[in-house]
Amino acid sequence: MSETPSTLRQLASQLRQRLVSPRELLDDAYAHIESTEPRLHAYLTLTRELAERQADDAERRLRDGDPSPLCGIPIALKDVLCVEGSETTAGSKILAGYRPPYTATAVERLFAAGAVCVGKTNCDEFAMGSSNENSAYGPVGNPWDVERVPGGSSGGSAATVAAGSVTCSLGSDTGGSIRQPAALCGVVGFKPTYGRVSRYGLIAFASSLDQIGPLTRSVEDCATVFSVIAGHDERDSTSSTAPVEDPLPGLDAGVRGLRVGVPDEYFAQGLEQGVRSRVEDAMRELERLGAELVRVSLPSSDYALATYYIIAPAECSSNLARYDGVRFGMREQRPSLLDMYMTTRDHGFGPEVKRRIMLGTYALSSGYYDAYYRKAQKVRTVIAREFARVFEDVDALVAPTSPSVAFPMGDRSDPLSMYLCDVITIPANLAGLPAISVPCGFVDDLPVGLQIIAPRFQDARVFRVAHAYERATEWHRVASPLAPAA
Amino acid sequence: MTFSNEDVDHVAQLARLGLDDDEKRRLGRELTAILDAISKLQEVDTSEISETAQVGELINVWRDDVPAPCIGADLALVNAPVTDGAHFVVGAIQESERDT
Repeated sequence: MSETPSTLRQLASQLRQRLVSPRELLDDAYAHIESTEPRLHAYLTLTRELAERQADDAERRLRDGDPSPLCGIPIALKDVLCVEGSETTAGSKILAGYRPPYTATAVERLFAAGAVCVGKTNCDEFAMGSSNENSAYGPVGNPWDVERVPGGSSGGSAATVAAGSVTCSLGSDTGGSIRQPAALCGVVGFKPTYGRVSRYGLIAFASSLDQIGPLTRSVEDCATVFSVIAGHDERDSTSSTAPVEDPLPGLDAGVRGLRVGVPDEYFAQGLEQGVRSRVEDAMRELERLGAELVRVSLPSSDYALATYYIIAPAECSSNLARYDGVRFGMREQRPSLLDMYMTTRDHGFGPEVKRRIMLGTYALSSGYYDAYYRKAQKVRTVIAREFARVFEDVDALVAPTSPSVAFPMGDRSDPLSMYLCDVITIPANLAGLPAISVPCGFVDDLPVGLQIIAPRFQDARVFRVAHAYERATEWHRVASPLAPAA
Repeated sequence: MTFSNEDVDHVAQLARLGLDDDEKRRLGRELTAILDAISKLQEVDTSEISETAQVGELINVWRDDVPAPCIGADLALVNAPVTDGAHFVVGAIQESERDT
């Protein structure tokens, strides 16, 4: 295996010392993307013109002594994030050619900090999927084994960081879509507390669950990017006005004295033996570092998947009603308006999106609303309360991120078996909790992720625990076979 | 429960999804299996539980009722499949008497 690709922090330091220029970093990124794309297909669009302009701006800012850690750093954005004037498709045919008239707030903040956008990454259509096989533009390969899936839905964002083309990407996480691909690709992926990062300019899937977050090669990089994108935004009415705790000052505080809960239920549901032993090793490491491990129970975890597969499709069926062939996206011309709607949506959406629209429309339809949607909303309350009760006793929870390592493409053609990929990540979305996945070892040369979950708005604590673990281990330094040679 | 052909037709009509016969058959089968899996929610006693629509702490977020810049008609029309330069253009909502 090759040398560890650089972290964002290392690149920032090289830029500051004038050892490398933003243009040179950008050229390196594009050269590497060019050599790996035939195997990875991690990108849907390369934004070369924008990137060159941003790199030149960053060059000037660095010369003027700009202190931003992101100034001149190449980044990639999941194609569900709007960038003004750059094609944004959400991995769907229905949005082919769509050029947003505005930029997402989280992206705007990265750009304001001097980041350089190399391109838009491939993802499952409208972020619905756990393997990237639902992209209308073809799947992404996993840099550890390109015949296997990178996870999803932020598979392109995870793969490009694991391949070492960029040190940072943004993804979105509705039921595990940042953490699960981070685990399967051996990188760090963080889903912030719901409301912590503005969703303005994020193409909506399930609005009460969606959060934008970073994927990086180290916990410190992840915390750095989070601190730039977090904070109130009046353009997202669910964005929290609570002050953001900067995770960086307390990053080194360690885990001594922290009570870390281990939920029995997260180690039960079809967990692969190899994943279990890597995660148990990680738990012992945390214990060695001074954390106190406590067995806890979240008995309603068994219902989280079912709750999610009512609420998320219900919200998706409503959010995706806007793709009607009138204001943006494709249109199949037909004489009557109704026929135009029906045909446009039939031809524009892929099978998984249609499945979820059907499921969600059914759950919201007259006569079934109480039995499905209202019931799921109530069980969501039960699940959130169980977390609140457990967090009276422990400071954080640890668990596997994904029940399995990366699986071969085409292996899970049955929708229900694919849905099970997210069984341990979904509960944090239902309760709006911050959660991270960090590399914790390998099974047959495929990465395993450790998940750390904390109470709402304790994002900094998630980073603190993750950083303590990362510092004590070497897993994050192991480079994928596609990483650039040093 | 079984998701019948009629159910598929009804829901597809509500969702404005024109599906072909193969898709309808497949979706009927898949939705039956998915609904079967999620019906386990009925086991949870929620008689004393209120619904969670969103997990945020915020309720009714208002802003002052003052005009602010917005994207304007030109930009709003940029991505439309068909316009007349000032409006979105769609087909007839009702069939005219002549057509019927």
